[in-house]
Amino acid sequence: MNYRLILNIAINLIRARLKQSIIAAVGVTFGIAMFITLLGFMNGLNNLLDGLMLNRTPHVRLYNEVKPSIDQPVLISKDYKGNTNFIQSIKPKDRGREIYNSKAIINILKQDKRVIDVAPKVTAPVFFNTGSIEITGVVNGIDVPAEEHLFKVSDYIIEGNVFDLNNENNTIIIGKGLAEKMLVKIGDVIKITTIKGGLVSLKVVGIMQIGIAEIDNTMSYTSLRTAQMLLGESASYITDIQVKLTDVLMAPAVAKEYKNKFKIDVIDAQTANSQFETGSEVRSIISYAVGITLLIVAGFGIYNILNMMIYEKMDSIAILKATGFSGNDVKWIFISLALIIGIVGGLFGLLFGFSLSQIIDMIPFETSSLPTIKTYPIDYKITYYVIGLTFAICTTAIAGLFPALKASKIDPVEIIRGK
Amino acid sequence: MAKKVLETININKYFYDPVKFRVLSDINMSINEGEFVSVVGKSGCGKSTLLYILSTMDTDYEGELLINDVNLTKKTDKDLAVVRNEHIGFVFQFHYLLSEYNVLRNVMLPGIKLAKYPLKEIEHRAMEHLRTLDMADQALKSPNQLSGGQKQRVAIARALINDPIIIMGDEPTGNLDKKNSDMVFDIFNNLVKERNQALLIVTHDPDFAARTHRTIEMADGRIIS
Repeated sequence: MNYRLILNIAINLIRARLKQSIIAAVGVTFGIAMFITLLGFMNGLNNLLDGLMLNRTPHVRLYNEVKPSIDQPVLISKDYKGNTNFIQSIKPKDRGREIYNSKAIINILKQDKRVIDVAPKVTAPVFFNTGSIEITGVVNGIDVPAEEHLFKVSDYIIEGNVFDLNNENNTIIIGKGLAEKMLVKIGDVIKITTIKGGLVSLKVVGIMQIGIAEIDNTMSYTSLRTAQMLLGESASYITDIQVKLTDVLMAPAVAKEYKNKFKIDVIDAQTANSQFETGSEVRSIISYAVGITLLIVAGFGIYNILNMMIYEKMDSIAILKATGFSGNDVKWIFISLALIIGIVGGLFGLLFGFSLSQIIDMIPFETSSLPTIKTYPIDYKITYYVIGLTFAICTTAIAGLFPALKASKIDPVEIIRGK
Repeated sequence: MAKKVLETININKYFYDPVKFRVLSDINMSINEGEFVSVVGKSGCGKSTLLYILSTMDTDYEGELLINDVNLTKKTDKDLAVVRNEHIGFVFQFHYLLSEYNVLRNVMLPGIKLAKYPLKEIEHRAMEHLRTLDMADQALKSPNQLSGGQKQRVAIARALINDPIIIMGDEPTGNLDKKNSDMVFDIFNNLVKERNQALLIVTHDPDFAARTHRTIEMADGRIIS
């Protein structure tokens, strides 16, 4: 087959019907541009929301879960072995919240090649005292450099500096909601009651805002040492070990491994945030569905225009067949025609989609809850562009195929004699 | 004895719509190279139907068709397209030029399809044909800028581009005035004399038919003389 000739004829047919061809291509352009923009925007938002959660949660967290002992006395008893035992009113076992041998565990974790860094943490429920009112809250004792490295806590500090926690003893950074409730500002001293009854005064060195009201109303950060002091515990007291991995996808497997290795409760990010995963997945599916619908509509446009073109060009098709073009040749002429429209329209679509994404990327998007975000987030993943173009080519090829088959079956005798 | 370029053996054709009707009955004929044959007959006698069977475009018939000693019955659409491209030239009553291309490109198209010669050579040959038909100065015009007689000459040039062994025409002069019609006849006559190509022309024009070498007369789907 003479591809160059076929392509040449297809191009000439397009040139003869330039206006219609452009309209068909614009349909594809519009579909692809919207597809790219929609997906970029949707996934930009998805990543932002996921990041909000995932960046602040460790990939793997080691802790002591409050739960009953797995080995109940009756199961150990030889007399009842092999029986089905029903035990009622089990209470969780008090193992304390401390992770035993935490120093050794941290050292082992730090040597694991899959681990980026490890951050120990002490969490303690406390009451913040303001006047005669007690507000329930949580104190997080953090290893400031490690926490900053893993979770970029400084992003959420709206006033003050996170490293002041280390510079001065008995200091605290409190959530914005908490600060507003207690009417305190940096430099003020607040009183905290621990659940064991101890009363401690801490100086506020910073105010933080994560953007989730519930957290901002209860959360506070202190240094590891201050938290241990608050609880009256030794320097080895750690309640959580947070681990960030090089690849978050490994988290479930790694969590399982640590669980067996250290005989401790371990949770991975995927399990901890499963509802977020579902949310982003559904949003992705919706954006793909809308994008693909747009492209299919564009495909119908191409189908219509090619069909019309074939009716108009009946004579030309008849003469091509009479002078030695086979049905197959004619079919390829119209398929190439559709593909040219699809590829040109698709490439312009990618360009417009990219431009549109850039425009959205420049629109200011400032919310008090997301201090680091200044404009709408856009995901420029190359995959969307590849999918867009592939889909444009596929839709136009299929849209062109049916008219092309029809053209290939045109009987030249009928046309020539029909005059 | 001259070589047979086209031969039919017992060709029959039926139309089925609205009722089964025999259009052609036992057509046996042959054409030699260098022969100028015309087919005449009343409207509806089946002469055009016969021509389209001979041209390989209509494959729905019984019997056998040989062109250049090759049996073409039951060949595929693709093979027949090659035969049409290489061995048969067509001239129709209506001119059927592709309006997307200029005159020269229209003439070249079957040649480019055959791809026997490089593009430059095809262009040269196309110009030669246009020159012999006195159309060289119109080569770069669009077909719809030409008169009816001029278009028909372009169509003839296109039919000649691949040096076919037989040229078929379905009333090529039917739409032309006397002067243009005579000119077309002269062109055909020269082809037969100079190039030894065979010509099979269906016509209504008794004057035109009378001047050809042989006239096949048809009536009711049969050859009567």
